[in-house]
Amino acid sequence: MTHGLNWIRALVVMITLVMGAQLGQAMVQAAGAQEAGAQAAGQAINPTAMSVQESQLLQDETKIQGYLAQPDPKLAVLEQPLGRLWRTFHEAWLPWGSGILILATVLLLGGVYLIKGPIQADEVSGIKILRFSAFERFTHWMTAVSFIILALSGMNYIFGKRYLMPLIGPDSFATLAQWGKYAHNFLAWPFMLGVLFMIVVWTKDNFPQRGVDWAWLKAGGGVFNNTHPSAGRFNAGQKMIFWWVALAGIAMSVTGIMLLFPFAIFGVSGMQITQVIHSVIGFLFIAVIIFHIYIGTLGMEGAYDAMGTGEVDVAWARAHHDLWVEEQLRK
Amino acid sequence: MARLKFLCDANRCIDCNACVTACKNEHDVPWGINRRRVVTINDGKPGERSVSMACMHCTNPPCAAVCPVNCFYQTEDGLVLHSKELCIGCGYCFYACPFGAPQFPQVRNFGSRGKMDKCTYCAGGPDADLSEEEYVRYGANRLAEGKLPLCAEMCSTKALLAGDGEIITQIYKERVVTRGYGSGAWGWKTAYGETIVVT
Repeated sequence: MTHGLNWIRALVVMITLVMGAQLGQAMVQAAGAQEAGAQAAGQAINPTAMSVQESQLLQDETKIQGYLAQPDPKLAVLEQPLGRLWRTFHEAWLPWGSGILILATVLLLGGVYLIKGPIQADEVSGIKILRFSAFERFTHWMTAVSFIILALSGMNYIFGKRYLMPLIGPDSFATLAQWGKYAHNFLAWPFMLGVLFMIVVWTKDNFPQRGVDWAWLKAGGGVFNNTHPSAGRFNAGQKMIFWWVALAGIAMSVTGIMLLFPFAIFGVSGMQITQVIHSVIGFLFIAVIIFHIYIGTLGMEGAYDAMGTGEVDVAWARAHHDLWVEEQLRK
Repeated sequence: MARLKFLCDANRCIDCNACVTACKNEHDVPWGINRRRVVTINDGKPGERSVSMACMHCTNPPCAAVCPVNCFYQTEDGLVLHSKELCIGCGYCFYACPFGAPQFPQVRNFGSRGKMDKCTYCAGGPDADLSEEEYVRYGANRLAEGKLPLCAEMCSTKALLAGDGEIITQIYKERVVTRGYGSGAWGWKTAYGETIVVT
């Protein structure tokens, strides 16, 4: 085996395996493509050159696949060492990283609440103005409630066996986890519908506004220097939350659907990556929503009414969304 | 205490699928589930090797590590078994297993998986040995009867060996010595390697 033949063989193998891997099919298709490629190039078919050495397979591709008599393409994978990396991610990096993230968020917000306290409402005029329509409120709450259950059942996959199972025992925990899985699978749909509705209804109010948004951000929203920077219907902070929910919501939906119909598109490597994306964005999402819930309930007086009843005090609205109030009054 | 293992001699396997059929039949494995399968590398070309693959009953099983309900357990012989009562069919064990051993029936809502099923080394499950429930859930328990897995028993060329690790090693060593250097079982360099140094 000369060095010359080696690189030709490696190249042919690499092309074959990349095609085979993308199709996710067994070696039969890959072999067929190989022969067609060789014939197209005008060379004679050289079986020795086309056969693959074991060491090459793992160097060129992340898994070893072959031909098999059974019709399930997943079974054609002989070894996939990436499973070890996925195990390390799932058992070490993910629980630690997300655990620290969530705890840090809660502690930070707890600290802000205890030390600085909520943002006070300055005056109360007693006159109300409509902020969110019934449809907007319905959409928000449908999405929110679904999200809470999705978040809890999702976290159960990662933390449940460590903290909940020792408390209630394996049988009860398994039943709980089974129902958690059903909840996660079924509530995913209203969540996705809600995100879609939110995008349809609120995108037009969430485009960045020249001058206004950057000034709001520079003032830190007025939280720490007790000012009231101008804002439209949504201030820059709310716009960031909206875009996060829209984009991360789409990402979660897409990866979630792929996990819901496993191996419909991807092979095992694709499914591992899908799960990684879903869990990482999921935990970031939980941290963002914890912050959102804090601001909307404890963190700011007068804020909850907007989503709760739909109407807010005019004085509150003038203080925090003055441009929006002017716009509304002009109508 | 014996450490039970599988070894498939890739130089002897002729891809006859007798092991696959034996397993399917002995345990009444449902349609769509394949506890054991034979994968052929370089089919039709020089260097063709076939390997019969099912669960390898790892010492540090990745499937057990990632299971969110901890439904796996390891017997004294080193076998990795699991409880279908606790399993929620999440599929993590399939992502983690380097050999793709866990199998799932597609029976539930959306594409959801039913309970995981895999090679049990013909040792059944946590239910009472040789009981009706154990057979229905996990298949035959040959080990409780003092027998070895049927796939290895049925192998037409004695490529697939199953039993105590020490004895299998002995058998395989004799074969290697007879054949000469270079005849390695497929995957013998690595099952979990990150880098491969070809010497």
